Amino acid sequence: MGDILAKYNLFAAFWMTIKLSALGAVGALLLGTLLAVMRVSPVTTLRAIGTSYVNVVRNTPLTLLMVFSILGATFTLGLSFSDQATTNAFIWACIIIAVYHAAFVCEALRSGFNTVPQGQAEAARSIGLTFAQSLSQVILPQAFRGAVAPLGSTLIALIKNSTVAAAIGVADAAGLMKTISENETGTLGVFGLFAIGFVILTLPLGLWFTSLSRRLAVKR
Amino acid sequence: MGDPLVLMKDVNKHFGDLHVLQDINLGVDKGEVVIVIGPSGSGKSTLCRTINRLETFESGTITIDGRPLPEEGKALAELRADVGMVFQSFNLFAHKTILENVTLGPVKVRKMSKADADKHAIALLERVGVAHQADKYPAQLSGGQQQRVAIARSLAMNPKVMLFDEPTSALDPEMINEVLDVMVELAKEGMTMVVVTHEMGFARKAANRVVFMADGQIREQSTPEDFFTHPTSDRAKDFLGKILTH
Ligand SMILES: Nc1ncnc2c1ncn2[C@@H]1O[C@H](COP(=O)(O)OP(=O)(O)OP(=O)(O)O)[C@@H](O)[C@H]1O
Ligand SMILES: [Mg+2]
Repeated sequence: MGDILAKYNLFAAFWMTIKLSALGAVGALLLGTLLAVMRVSPVTTLRAIGTSYVNVVRNTPLTLLMVFSILGATFTLGLSFSDQATTNAFIWACIIIAVYHAAFVCEALRSGFNTVPQGQAEAARSIGLTFAQSLSQVILPQAFRGAVAPLGSTLIALIKNSTVAAAIGVADAAGLMKTISENETGTLGVFGLFAIGFVILTLPLGLWFTSLSRRLAVKR
Repeated sequence: MGDPLVLMKDVNKHFGDLHVLQDINLGVDKGEVVIVIGPSGSGKSTLCRTINRLETFESGTITIDGRPLPEEGKALAELRADVGMVFQSFNLFAHKTILENVTLGPVKVRKMSKADADKHAIALLERVGVAHQADKYPAQLSGGQQQRVAIARSLAMNPKVMLFDEPTSALDPEMINEVLDVMVELAKEGMTMVVVTHEMGFARKAANRVVFMADGQIREQSTPEDFFTHPTSDRAKDFLGKILTH
């Protein structure tokens, strides 16, 4: 196994997984928050858009979206971010990961909204805060604190799901694993190594989110 | 005397089939303290909440200081800033400190500087006797203290009128007076108040008028003295009989 490890750059592959996950997570958090706000807004059309988005995206396989970004969007529709195929694939992978997990972030946040009593919004409106101010000052901060645990689960799922990017040629951990298993023999140990790599990424995160959710919980 | 500060004209509201507010006509003058009293489910909370449009209504008009209630948006938010509201369950912002609860409105709505808002807030918290708790979170305070903070939070906006919906009903008996004392002070200082409460001691001490509601209608209005000693309607007699027996 030693010669295999000398031949391939494991760290570069995991570094790619980390970059992909981090950018995807930031995008998913922003888009998911926007969707959650739409779903609680008083405007019927916005609510409907938010609901449809979540239902459509949640029920579409991630692999299908990922492959579509290259075969459909780049090749057929000509939507390319870079002349370099690898850069284009990386950017598309980040976008698809963000778009897909935004639906789950939205649902996690919605469970957070449900932890905020109606009276908080009424008190916010009563002192003259506008809808946007009530959201940003009172409702969202409490909703996020109530959603830390499900947001943590979503992030861990996102990291593991980022392996789907290998399907469009992104050189992440899963991509490297595929390359090694295709080209080398006696790769069982390598599989174990990759599994451990993912555990190292996700296990501390899970523990951190658990303690965070306890520390940030709103006392009522 | 000019027009009433709060004026409800022929206000009607339904919850589904239930006609909760039936042709409500009520004027509250500047500096007046009006008590709303009546059996459970008679529409007292709903009446209180329509005044700052936490509840919508179908017909009639409500004006505050001569201005009709805006339907929604920024204009409604501006109007609400002038109408204080104190809830039965306090509703302090659970993730903010006591001080932040009181300064949020002045800073975000009145655009006051943080330093000025802090100073003003501390003075108000001193007035209601909880200044030493300024850095704590609501859950760390007793109910009576939370409610006094809620009053300070409303006062921080310099409201023209304050609405109280059963402000002492969720409190342990020994904490009721500390909240009522603050309210009596406010009344003495000339605050215009609409108070839903069954606290007759407070009504006698501070109120100019008692409004009796039953089944979504205002059945009777008079001074506290007259209302508690000579109620005219049978509904009021019946109701008083029930709350006076214990
Ligand atoms: N959001 C709502 N949806 C449907 N019905 C409601 C709603 N809020 C109140 N009601 C009903 O309207 C009626 C009046 O309610 P309201 O809360 O105004 O009464 P109240 O006089 O304040 O009673 P209480 O003394 O119990 O607080 C009640 O029958 C109540 O069940
Ligand atoms: Mg009520």
